[in-house]
Amino acid sequence: MADQSIRITGLTKAFGRNQVLRGVDLAIPAGQVTVLMGANGAGKSTLVKILCGVHGADAGRVTLGDVPFAPVSPAAALRAGVVTVHQNINDGVVPDLDVASNLMLDELAEGGRTFINRRALRARAREIAAAVGLDLDVTRPLAGIALAERQLVSIARAMSHRPRLLILDEPTSSLSTAETDRLFALIERLRDEGVAILYISHRMSDIRRLADRIVSMRDGAISGVFDAAPLDYSGAVRAMLGHEITEVDVTIPAPGAPVLAMQGVVLRQGARRFDLTCHENEVIAITGLVGAGKSALAAALFGLGAAVEGQVSLDGRRHAPKGPADAIAAGVFLAAKDRLINAVIADFDISRNLTLPFLRRHAGPLHWVRRGSELARTRAMIAMMGVVCQSPRDGILTLSGGNQQKVMVARWMAEDCRLLILDEPFQGVDIQARRDIGRRIRDSAARRATIVLCAEIDEALEVADRIVVMSEHSIVGSHRNENINVAAIMAEVVEAPHHARLGAEGNPTA
Amino acid sequence: MTARRLSLVDLAIRYGFLLLMAGLIVYFSIVAPAFLSPQSAVFVFQSVAITGILALGVTATLVVGGFDLSIGAVATSALMLSAYVMVIWEMSAGVAVALCLLMGATVGLLNGILIVKLRVPDLLATLGMMFLLVGLQRIPTEGNSISTGMALPGGGAAQGTFSPAFLMLGRHRLDFFVENLVPLSVVFLLAIAVVVWLFLEFTRHGRLMYAIGSNAQAAGLAGVNVNRYKIVAYMISGTLASFGGILLAARLGRGDVASGNNLLLDSVAAALIGYAVLGASKPNAFGTAVGAVFVGILLQGLTMLNAPYYTQDFVKGAVLVVALVFTFALSGRNGRGRV
Repeated sequence: MADQSIRITGLTKAFGRNQVLRGVDLAIPAGQVTVLMGANGAGKSTLVKILCGVHGADAGRVTLGDVPFAPVSPAAALRAGVVTVHQNINDGVVPDLDVASNLMLDELAEGGRTFINRRALRARAREIAAAVGLDLDVTRPLAGIALAERQLVSIARAMSHRPRLLILDEPTSSLSTAETDRLFALIERLRDEGVAILYISHRMSDIRRLADRIVSMRDGAISGVFDAAPLDYSGAVRAMLGHEITEVDVTIPAPGAPVLAMQGVVLRQGARRFDLTCHENEVIAITGLVGAGKSALAAALFGLGAAVEGQVSLDGRRHAPKGPADAIAAGVFLAAKDRLINAVIADFDISRNLTLPFLRRHAGPLHWVRRGSELARTRAMIAMMGVVCQSPRDGILTLSGGNQQKVMVARWMAEDCRLLILDEPFQGVDIQARRDIGRRIRDSAARRATIVLCAEIDEALEVADRIVVMSEHSIVGSHRNENINVAAIMAEVVEAPHHARLGAEGNPTA
Repeated sequence: MTARRLSLVDLAIRYGFLLLMAGLIVYFSIVAPAFLSPQSAVFVFQSVAITGILALGVTATLVVGGFDLSIGAVATSALMLSAYVMVIWEMSAGVAVALCLLMGATVGLLNGILIVKLRVPDLLATLGMMFLLVGLQRIPTEGNSISTGMALPGGGAAQGTFSPAFLMLGRHRLDFFVENLVPLSVVFLLAIAVVVWLFLEFTRHGRLMYAIGSNAQAAGLAGVNVNRYKIVAYMISGTLASFGGILLAARLGRGDVASGNNLLLDSVAAALIGYAVLGASKPNAFGTAVGAVFVGILLQGLTMLNAPYYTQDFVKGAVLVVALVFTFALSGRNGRGRV
């Protein structure tokens, strides 16, 4: 068939004895958005890495149109018209160069003249930026622009190659709604121009909006293809997990005594003041756009940056931590978002990662670490969270993303606290791991107050007793999670989107 | 990845360097039978005692993801300072040792503050400190070496002497099966190596330092005082370097401005070779000690084979490159992205 842009047949790949792809057969037709769904560890990333020339396949073939395609390097894949936008934004850009050089990076790397004609480079860069509707001064250094704009720069750079196959790996995870809309408009335009698009995401809202077809992947093979309208979303999830996913039923317990009381708090200059009270045995989800102030709130409570005004008390005592150590001593724990940047110690095994904040508890005389005590606690937490691993001594990076995330959440559940804040605990994990983590958060919530920060309302609905909406660094709504009106929450979320600083806020320490 | 049985490559990564060392020992003892004598073994240790101690200090800074280029200059500054204190100020050995250690710790503190508080990149801060110290140590004597009887700038001659107690640090030998066998400096090396190893591998502080080296941001969010640990690492490095300088002064018996040229490169080489020992792929005290001894064995063997002195640096460089290949290429890791 001539219209089938990309055909993959019998693709296999093993790392050592670990068979990651067990014969993938997949067609990605031109002019359609094919969404690829799969649990963490299903082999999606490996498939992408083979297509974009990072890894070679062990067996099987890929054809692009009628031409065999086996790129030996990312540059070769790019020349053949396969363009990839990676999940990790900083993988796709060079922070020390200006925007123009970033946009033209591939052409610069290709070779050509030794000396660069700056003016021509900038003119060409402006064209590329304009083509994706990116309005930006191209002479600015990339390090100085917001995360979301960097993402658009890397996408614009990808677009400048007139791609035949565009692969997007979780591209919206750091984008605000407005930016997501802009990206989706772009994807739809490219689709209409006849580009084949492979879109990888865990976000059902993205999938519903974009998908022409859904392909589910499980255990290194394709487990289902759904292309008949209307698309069978639950079927796709079932094919991805291998079993039904049950609906979460939140029963709201009676909240206990107030733990955290925030009064008249102003998070930053010019923001409206707000109050917030969190009770024992209560799980609050705080939702809002990227940059709505969720992370700023967490930062204030965890000693990473103070609020401008207002009173915060914890169990009736003033709470103004000077730093994370101070906050932890007061019983406020924060499981930060972006685990690879803010949480994972890549050189450590599971147990050493898990005990990091509370190593003192496992240390004897002369600060000697009692390995036995540490391993016992790790085993208990592995069992409680359902982490899939061989032993507590496994390197943390040998785990799939979902299991890494479970360890990072378990790190902060290993000791009792008064207030547990989890910033995007479901980031980059599949729906099964998300349900697992959510259930453990709820099950262990009885003797503390819990705040979960999540941009996705679906996630908030699964985990919370109460959903609080933030916008412009203030609280604009609070809803008991019972017969909830999602449309009303959405309205509050986007209450003033033109004021929300798009993605200006990176991680909590920024 | 999760394979339980070790493949050939894994074995090569893990034991390759120790095998290479065993092979060298066997080879040298066949071609030069005197190589296997206790005296020869002691000589190997003695030749690496000072660089080994400095290398253990650098290891502490490598663990927190830093680097200390000032160790060689700290050691020679301690050499000059101890000579100055005893020969010109005519003070006791105890004062000399105390002032040198204090100087080393202070330099480490300054390095740490430059890096942590003033945000100067570690290589540049410690490089600057190195130049500063190399110059500073020559100012009081107007560039001359210090020895008893030297003419003082203000007229007269220096009357002080290196006290016997001080010289003992570098020259005394303990009986160990054979009389007068083991120099005190070797005992210091072994003791310091064991202490640093225990500290880094088994204590809470060592663990947190490794966490900082792997992901400082994550360690900070786990409540670790990242800045304080970094400063402490540079202070450990400075203090150990000044102790190395004291041993050098005690061995030489004079404040020689020309000695200690190779200290920095030799100790950095030992610490980096340490990455390859037992496939650690990270800075570690055991590996550093083995790395120092490895270089010592190689040089002692070559000397006994009558290899010319000027080939030594070439051989050391070659060993370092091979060790780095073991660490980074064979183990397929990207390393720590720096050093």
